[in-house]
Amino acid sequence: MAALINVPSKAKRGDIIEIRTLTSHIMETGFRHTADGKLVPRNIITSFICRYNGAEVFRADLFPAIAANPYLSFFTVAKESGKFEFEWIGDNGYSSTASASITVE
Amino acid sequence: MPTTRRQFLNLAGGVTVAGTIPIVSLRPLEATPAMLNTAIRNVVGEAQIHTGRVKLDIPPLVENGNTVPMTVSVASPMTADDHVKSIHVFNEKNPQPNIGNFHLGPASGRAQVSTRIRLADTQKVVAIARLSDDTFWQIAADVVVTLAACTEEMN
Amino acid sequence: MISWRAIAAATLLAAAAPVLLAGEIPPDARRSGYAFMGADTRAMQDDDTSNPGMLFVLDGEALWAKKIGSADKACADCHGDAQSSMKGVAARYPAFDKALGRPVTLDQRIILCRANHQQATPLPYESRDLLALSAFIAHQSRGTPITAGDDPQAKPFVEQGRVLYMQRAGQLNLACTNCHDDNFDKRLAGAPITQAQPTGYPLYRLEWQTLGSLERRLRSCMSGVRAQAYDYGSPELVALELYLMSRAHGLPMETPAVRP
Ligand code: HEC
Ligand code: HEC
Repeated sequence: MAALINVPSKAKRGDIIEIRTLTSHIMETGFRHTADGKLVPRNIITSFICRYNGAEVFRADLFPAIAANPYLSFFTVAKESGKFEFEWIGDNGYSSTASASITVE
Repeated sequence: MPTTRRQFLNLAGGVTVAGTIPIVSLRPLEATPAMLNTAIRNVVGEAQIHTGRVKLDIPPLVENGNTVPMTVSVASPMTADDHVKSIHVFNEKNPQPNIGNFHLGPASGRAQVSTRIRLADTQKVVAIARLSDDTFWQIAADVVVTLAACTEEMN
Repeated sequence: MISWRAIAAATLLAAAAPVLLAGEIPPDARRSGYAFMGADTRAMQDDDTSNPGMLFVLDGEALWAKKIGSADKACADCHGDAQSSMKGVAARYPAFDKALGRPVTLDQRIILCRANHQQATPLPYESRDLLALSAFIAHQSRGTPITAGDDPQAKPFVEQGRVLYMQRAGQLNLACTNCHDDNFDKRLAGAPITQAQPTGYPLYRLEWQTLGSLERRLRSCMSGVRAQAYDYGSPELVALELYLMSRAHGLPMETPAVRP
């Protein structure tokens, strides 16, 4: 399933850049019941990590109160050209990844 | 005000054509101010919580509690010696008091995060920042949640 | 309980201001639901990298190129680049189908292509893949003025839809027109009543927390007045959809829109 990543393709060294991510996930809270009273099991993304050329620059722990199709925006300092890697980890062994590259001048 | 309580837990909708689970009964637990307090203490321990430095941008009146945009920012130079280590967001009345923990550092450049959250009802949202000197700073905001008209819950 | 309370408020409102004869909204007064939304919801729709509907458009793009069914064909094998072949298509749907002798919705057209041209298993209404494909196709019409219903052969069905739109129904005995022509700009338990212009479908509704079709939206309005909602794909629902699209004549498509 899709993820939308927004990272500027170019930046000047030292610029503070915004990174935005949006990913497909139902974020089932684990607090809902079906017609016959069964609990719908929780199925959420529990953690998100962003690495910049291998080093972690942002991490989030998510709870059921995060809306479906989680959206996250955060900042980092553009220090060198290279790659951002994104990882979403969740219940039932869920894992997905995406990446984006940047040229820093 | 039990009548204005939004049935927030009826999330993905009750339409079953595509085989989604029909959800009818929703009597969510409700977090209590005591639970909120415990969740906050789990993060800050015994430390004193100061007011200020943190800004919470959240609409005071939202059109739908299922997807509420929210931005937390902290006044900080974000240098190696003086930066925000983490931001923690809590709510008062969802079934669980935690919303998210966000870990940052000097490489962030700016102490600001945005996300979209679920709010079961009109309630208070609290954001707490932990700085590099291990002091804690907080802000709270009240959000009024509007009911959606013509939902499918009546099916 | 909640919707019930909301509708009760609407009935009160209708009683206080006597309902005028249902009047059509003049072309220059037609406004998309977008115009009724708050700044935050608009911002979510406006920026493609934060519009959750775009996740479905991306999924649809992948499905468009995927070979399936016993014909082992992808949509792209016959239709090529959707950017040109599907541009403006959604703005004229539901469209009259000569072979069937009735209008079909965009979703039904996709279902027909899957059955007739790909020999693949049918996609259920509101399934993720069907919504993704229709979002991807309708997205190619973003900005195109709506022209559905212009085809003379479609006219009797537009008229059928108009009759249904004007007809009072449900335990609350309300017609679509009572809210959407006579009382738009007023509020129903906090939510603004819009003109019901179907400019952005399939769209991401915050209430649903997912993408949904126009038919799903109409069905929620029907259960809102406590009427039995028409089945997905039923001639009534298709006629209503066609009437709504013809009523929105000239308004630009917005797919994937975001609504509260
Ligand atoms: C084997 C060729 C073939 C394949 C594969 C195919 N189609 Fe079609 N499609 C057609 C033909 C032919 C028509 C014209 C109507 C008809 O005869 O069915 C059409 C019509 C359409 C139309 C209406 C266009 C208009 O201008 O009104 C849409 C939309 C469409 N197809 C979507 C799809 C999608 C989505 C897929 C993949 C899921 C697909 N088609 C797969 C042959 C194909
Ligand atoms: C009691 C008033 C009421 C009646 C009757 C009613 N609706 Fe609605 N409708 C609303 C409200 C309020 C909204 C928007 C608010 C929301 O989405 O929560 C809405 C939304 C819509 C939309 C979505 C517009 C958009 O921007 O996407 C459509 C389409 C629609 N209605 C069609 C209909 C049709 C067709 C009928 C008759 C079968 C109908 N409605 C009956 C109150 C009503």
